Amino acid sequence: MIRLSNVHKSFDSQHVLNDLNLEIPAGQITAIIGPSGEGKSVLLKHMIGLTKPDSGRIEVDGENILNIRRSQLNRIREKFGMLFQNAALFDSMSVFENVAFPLREKTTLSKHEIEQRVRSALEHVGLKNVNGKYPDEISGGMKKRVGLARALLLDPKIILFDEPTTGLDPIIKRAIHKLIKDSHAKFGFTAVIVSHEIPEIFDIAQNVAMLYQGKILQIGSSDEMRTSTHPVVKQFISGSLDGPIQLV
Amino acid sequence: MGGFLLYSGYMIVRRPGSPLHILKQLRFIGTKSLFVIVLTAAFTGMVLGLQGYYTLAKFGSEGMLGTVVALSLIRELGPVLAALMVTGRAGSAITAEIGIMRISEQIDALETMALDPFKYLVTPKLIAAMIALPLLCAIFDVVGIYGGWLVGVKLLGVNPGAYFYEMEKAVVWRDVYSGFVKSYSFGIIIAWIGCYKGYFAGHGAEGVSRATTESVVMTSVLVLVWDYFLTSVLL
Repeated sequence: MIRLSNVHKSFDSQHVLNDLNLEIPAGQITAIIGPSGEGKSVLLKHMIGLTKPDSGRIEVDGENILNIRRSQLNRIREKFGMLFQNAALFDSMSVFENVAFPLREKTTLSKHEIEQRVRSALEHVGLKNVNGKYPDEISGGMKKRVGLARALLLDPKIILFDEPTTGLDPIIKRAIHKLIKDSHAKFGFTAVIVSHEIPEIFDIAQNVAMLYQGKILQIGSSDEMRTSTHPVVKQFISGSLDGPIQLV
Repeated sequence: MGGFLLYSGYMIVRRPGSPLHILKQLRFIGTKSLFVIVLTAAFTGMVLGLQGYYTLAKFGSEGMLGTVVALSLIRELGPVLAALMVTGRAGSAITAEIGIMRISEQIDALETMALDPFKYLVTPKLIAAMIALPLLCAIFDVVGIYGGWLVGVKLLGVNPGAYFYEMEKAVVWRDVYSGFVKSYSFGIIIAWIGCYKGYFAGHGAEGVSRATTESVVMTSVLVLVWDYFLTSVLL
């Protein structure tokens, strides 16, 4: 379980997270929704210690992840996998090398075993014949799938997805959502997904949290959120221009 | 910046990175800089030969040309010019490479895998620069001395025996040692500032471009300032 308590974060004069409290239940998929620029990716990066809050407390499975030694933080990070918004593949490595990288660095598997696991991971995300290609030679959807294969490879307990389907066509979107759902059913990891894909995200996530003005405005099951009467949540889900959320 | 260098030093001792990464960087910083080093060394030596000859000729001391060329190169010009050439060629590339990895979240990706980015991005470059710079400096010195010989002996008629004999008499181990210490420390400066500026590059293409410019300017200035301090200590 991930718990954030009274988290504050500012960038210069902009207050991004404002006394935020959130609990991510273990073994479930939790989606974080909210208007663009509200700090959803920043929130995700706090969970894995990539960004440090100005104040507050962050715990992963009961362990504080702030103000600890790098070695301790790395031990906690070993529980995580992360799919970045732009996949964050190493651009000087081929697709195969990208996926094999964590195995080469973190395990003592033989060359043959690594090759087998990488091939199977790439097949799991529906990719074939791209092993030798470099990230700039494949499409955005393929990059996300390579990133997903890399994130899943070490069987992490927790996976963070930062807008896994943004900018993709509807078919690839659906394929990636199905992949996340199937992988979750197979491996049972805890997932946190930052997404703008409404209403599709309600079919994937068991819990949905709405981030607005630096706080978690409402959190509940997908059905509860879908039928929420909170004016902000309601406007965001319906995509209406009229309501408390102002465009500028 | 000091903390960055101290942590890099700690990582060199604790986890220096794989020999393959270091060799790759050695090839990039060292081997690929060879052409520009040989070219600048040859012309530096030649111009020293030309200037030195006409200055020494006023005092009837043309025979000292080898000494002038060798001491200028070994003590000062070799380490400094080699460092400036490597700064322009490899230092800027180091900053751009790490800067792009920073803005495209590749460094964050390493961190999320519980891997220390210093082990992959910083320490191999530092080690490679510490090895490559003294070697490049030695090549610069040798090529420069032969550049001076070409102009002084072959074009202007200085006695070849005098050119090398006087040089051998004047150059002592302390001169070579000071050149080595300088180029070794310049290697640290180039990799340190190059990596630091890339690691903390600002946002977007503009941030990387600014970091690269700052890296080259700051390294070049620091090389010259550090050269003065080292010279005053080692002289």
